[in-house]
Amino acid sequence: MQDSNKPYETKVIVGGGEKVQQWSVYLIAVVVYMAIVGSFPFNSFLSGVLSCVGTAVLAICLRIQVNKENKEFKDLPPERAFADFVLCNLVLHLVIMNFLG
Amino acid sequence: MATLENGKGTTLRYAVGNMLSIFILLLIGVLAFSIRLFSVIKYESVIHEFDPYFNYRVTQILIVSSAINHILKSLNYDLSKHYRGLVAYLLFQFLTKNGIYDFWNWFDDRTWYPLGRVIGGTVYPGLTLTAGSLWRILNSLNIPLSVETVCVFTAPIFSANAAWATYLLTKEVKGTGAGLMAAALLAMVPSYISRSVAGSYDNEAVAIFALIFTFYLYIKTLNTGSLFYATLNALSYFYMVCSWGGYTFIINLIPMHVLLCIVTGRYSSRLYIAYAPLVVLGTLLASLVPVVGFNAVMTSEHFASFLLMVLHMQVFIIIHVVALVYYIKGILSPKMFKVAVTLVVSVGMVVCCAVIAVLAALVASSPTKGWSGRSLSLLDPTYASKYIPIIASVSEHQPPTWPSYFMDINVLAFLVPAGIIACFLPLSDASSFVVLYIVTSVYFSGVMVRLMLVFAPAACILSGIALSEAFDVFTRSIKFQLPGVSGVSHSGAEDTTTGDVVIQNDIVKADKHSSTYKKEDALKERPSKKNRKKEREHLEKASIKTQIEKRLLVLPLEASVISILLLVLLGAFYVVHCVWAAAEAYSAPSIVLTSYSHDGLHVFDDFREAYAWLRHNTEVDDKVASWWDYGYQTTAMANRTVIVDNNTWNNTHIATVGTAMSSPEKAAWEIFNSLDVKYVLVVFGGLVGYSSDDINKFLWMVRIGGGVFPHIKEPDYLRDGQYRIDSEATSTMLNSLMYKLSYYRFVEVDGKGFDRVRRTEIGKKYFKLTHFEEVFTTHHWMVRIYKLKSMKNRIRGKTKKSKSSSKATTTASSKRGGRRKKNPWY
Repeated sequence: MQDSNKPYETKVIVGGGEKVQQWSVYLIAVVVYMAIVGSFPFNSFLSGVLSCVGTAVLAICLRIQVNKENKEFKDLPPERAFADFVLCNLVLHLVIMNFLG
Repeated sequence: MATLENGKGTTLRYAVGNMLSIFILLLIGVLAFSIRLFSVIKYESVIHEFDPYFNYRVTQILIVSSAINHILKSLNYDLSKHYRGLVAYLLFQFLTKNGIYDFWNWFDDRTWYPLGRVIGGTVYPGLTLTAGSLWRILNSLNIPLSVETVCVFTAPIFSANAAWATYLLTKEVKGTGAGLMAAALLAMVPSYISRSVAGSYDNEAVAIFALIFTFYLYIKTLNTGSLFYATLNALSYFYMVCSWGGYTFIINLIPMHVLLCIVTGRYSSRLYIAYAPLVVLGTLLASLVPVVGFNAVMTSEHFASFLLMVLHMQVFIIIHVVALVYYIKGILSPKMFKVAVTLVVSVGMVVCCAVIAVLAALVASSPTKGWSGRSLSLLDPTYASKYIPIIASVSEHQPPTWPSYFMDINVLAFLVPAGIIACFLPLSDASSFVVLYIVTSVYFSGVMVRLMLVFAPAACILSGIALSEAFDVFTRSIKFQLPGVSGVSHSGAEDTTTGDVVIQNDIVKADKHSSTYKKEDALKERPSKKNRKKEREHLEKASIKTQIEKRLLVLPLEASVISILLLVLLGAFYVVHCVWAAAEAYSAPSIVLTSYSHDGLHVFDDFREAYAWLRHNTEVDDKVASWWDYGYQTTAMANRTVIVDNNTWNNTHIATVGTAMSSPEKAAWEIFNSLDVKYVLVVFGGLVGYSSDDINKFLWMVRIGGGVFPHIKEPDYLRDGQYRIDSEATSTMLNSLMYKLSYYRFVEVDGKGFDRVRRTEIGKKYFKLTHFEEVFTTHHWMVRIYKLKSMKNRIRGKTKKSKSSSKATTTASSKRGGRRKKNPWY
């Protein structure tokens, strides 16, 4: 767990952007699938879309918090930021699994 | 040496301050709880009004079914040991693990006969789940309280919680002093008391706590930028969605605030962390609640109004754009940035125009432009009165009058502007949020009296800020001017950083000429304390600077003392008013009425008398028809099926009942017979002067009925534009079922038939009922129950082809009546 923090700290701007791109690709895939097949179980569509968006947003938040150049978060230890990130992801995915139908 | 002493002194002061604030908070909680107990003391521990009875019934289903589950589970264990009974096993499987599945899937067939109502999908479950879990916890601690007791006292408990949440919220905005003040104000504000007395078991009791707590967590996330609080914020928003339809206020206010911050240049990464996870998690969680479902992402029923129509989604996109802009700005050089901006803007404009054109076409194609009736009436207050009579008929949906503002928030009405000014000095994210909150809630409270409830916490917060700042200024003035008390330099540190202000109060108007006393001796003392920690010195220098630069305004000693006394007096007036309002105005359970006359106290318990009669003297499956006001109470207390109830979700059904009440006897009989109705219940206040009876509500029956069935025309019932029941009344009015059922045999009471509510003698005094028979009238004639007479088996004389339930039988019956001497029904 400590190792995964290092890349976030060092590769500040470039490293995290890849993850967000990855989720954007997933998002587009889900929307295209819905356009093809139809949106009947709308809750499944919603949960698919929102899970992609949600994890992307949370990754951005984590990067913001861990970014060394960001003056507002200089006294936030990165472990705490990562723990918050994990907790939020946990809640998000719990809800999504419930909503998936 | 001096530092150690000062250090110890300050930590001791902080410790004492903390203890004091905890003690004060406890007292505030006790105050909030006990001020709401007037009705329990004056009457009894009973559930009030109409809506709470429905919630109580739902809670019973939730708890009783889970109790049955527990019993059956334990039974199953025994049975499976001894008999391995198939029946017990099947029952256990059917009733699943806990009562919540029963509750979720419950289809209520005791109301809206013959349609029924899907409870799981149309009820906000927050309140009943909260009370249910409270009951479960208490029972597991071996405190055996009945369900009714828990329901009655849920509201006071949660108003204490709401006061503490207000403390937390205001502390985030301005500091501990303002927090305590605001909490004390909220504990007593009459507007909140009116919806959360002991016995008022309604959604708002829990929802206001959820509202304030969600706002607190949002501000906390905004101030700290921590994702943990953002998660908590989303969960608290989920609780709010479960509790009340007013959650739309939150999900529209927060995006508006984000937009405001962006537009005024206060964008920061904390704003992003506060908003973006909330939207994603909040939308998901809101969609989980069955009542809301997909309305969380769509504004109206048809899918054509896509995701982007919803405000919070649009702001979500906007905030991402802004974040991206700032991010790119940090990477590129300024010239490159300009090029990129022009490129993106030009492309974006084209795309925007296309999207707007498509959306406008979609919206224009829908008749109400995508908004539901109730939200439209919020924007245009006259909309409901023109188009939707059922919304206009509810008294809570009317705009408030000016005196009701003073009644409901009293002194706070003129402390709020002072608070708004205090929020601008200095303006932070949190204080801009509070200002936005109060501006929007003032507008909405002016549209609908029920929304005064949302305005009250905002008023308390701002008044708390104003009062705290005022006390700040005055006590500081006194401190600076009292001889010998000059070691105040470090005491001002935590307060002066918020800025020194002069509040324009009515009380302070006389002292407007504030002189700037620069205390030279105080200033000389500070540089002399050289051996302090660096931070403390820095703070001191900063505070000295602020004091010098901002021109510490210190008022004369006498003026400060008198002002403090006057402020305390103001608080005393507020307290007295709140206690009076709670005791006299808002504690009426409305199911039991009292009046004071020359021979003491009269108690009118007619409603419960009538429901008990129904419960004991009718069959379980009998249907009772009444106006929709009494539906919940009838199902909860009399346990009989009703035709329409307070949920008012089906306008046509209500219009059917309204038409029946406005029609002559035979037509009404036909309508009720087609609905399998056995008993009709009317409320009549003419004997005792109870003015909320059905004759006063009659105009709504006519209007709503006439809105759906055009043969009911309102002018038929009016004489000179007024509804009258005396000798000047129209014949349609005198023949209507409502008139007949209300005034049947009324003339026997005093020989003249004097109606105490309308203050006239009635028009038609001696008449007989042909299709109904009176079965019960309560002690004070307030509730009257009639039974439909059944059709005779044989009709004397010529047999007629039986007419089906067509409403145009009046002409046929008059023909029949003319031909025969005797009426076949009598």
